[in-house]
Amino acid sequence: MSPTPFLVLSALLFSIGTLGVLVRRNAIVVFMCVELMLNASNLAFVTFARQHGNLDGQIAAFFVMVVAAAEVVVGLAIIMTIFRTRRSASVDDASLLKY
Amino acid sequence: MIAFWILAPLMVVCALGMVVSRKAVHSALMLAVVMVSLAILYAAQDAPFLFAVQIIVYTGAVLMLFLFVLMLVGVDASDSLVETLRGQRLLAIAVGLLFAIVLVAGLAQVTVGAVVGLDEANIDGNVPGVARLLFSNYVFAFEVTSALLITAAVGAMVLAHRERLSAKPTQRDMALARMRDYADRGVHPGPLPGPGTFARHNSVDTPALLPDGTPSELSISRVMRARGTVRDVEADRAAIARVDDETNVLRGGGDR
Repeated sequence: MSPTPFLVLSALLFSIGTLGVLVRRNAIVVFMCVELMLNASNLAFVTFARQHGNLDGQIAAFFVMVVAAAEVVVGLAIIMTIFRTRRSASVDDASLLKY
Repeated sequence: MIAFWILAPLMVVCALGMVVSRKAVHSALMLAVVMVSLAILYAAQDAPFLFAVQIIVYTGAVLMLFLFVLMLVGVDASDSLVETLRGQRLLAIAVGLLFAIVLVAGLAQVTVGAVVGLDEANIDGNVPGVARLLFSNYVFAFEVTSALLITAAVGAMVLAHRERLSAKPTQRDMALARMRDYADRGVHPGPLPGPGTFARHNSVDTPALLPDGTPSELSISRVMRARGTVRDVEADRAAIARVDDETNVLRGGGDR
């Protein structure tokens, strides 16, 4: 099967993730959308690995997964810390640096 | 590739549902569907190792972490509809659509050439193939990942750790505080009233009735009130009155 449908699906998922990051206010949902974008790029990596016939793309996807796992752990810990001090998970509320 | 054409629309619909759903828990479940579907697509593209990793790491670990944090933060913490920047939402949707159109249009014009396929690279199996690359060309990156993982773990522990600033209140302290509240403000020192003592509904979403017939606010959990799942006492009372009327009519017709 041609890789183009996979790439189009990957592009669509990435765009939906971008849209979510731009539109949503809840920090946790924004974070989920970032995860969706990472997953979409992984799909492109795996598709290109199959197209080029070597496994480097899969290795890249694997590294993205590892880094994403670390990022989720730290990011959620930060969200929890912010929630603990401000009782809110909205990205609009953490604006003290502006002033 | 039937799997692709079944899963691709499902994934796009679930991803959109994740963005638009009001409750964060629904978003997490939609994301789980997308991630499992992605795992199946990896399996269909000769990547069984990534299939397993995707299921274990993403749907197993990452999503569970998301759900844990959602439970800690509170399920009722939904999105605020206040726009801090005027027209930001519409503009964001327009930009997102534009981005999608540009990306898809760009991809549609690219010719990617013939698919080589992974039959040759996977000749001793996918996992040995990946391992050979990982421990030769990419061994330095792999070692750096271990440093990253341990830093992330320590960082998460430091961030989630809460320093206790005052001594933990003992049972005696709490009893004294309760009695002080009773003396100062007349707060009832005993336990809170139990829920669900309304006529025929014996569940925690039914408020207890005070002697004058009004529902007691204290008998319902704060979380249930925040979620708006508390039973309406007036509706129950009306329903019971209606049933009583009907039985009276029936009984009256039989007796007299």
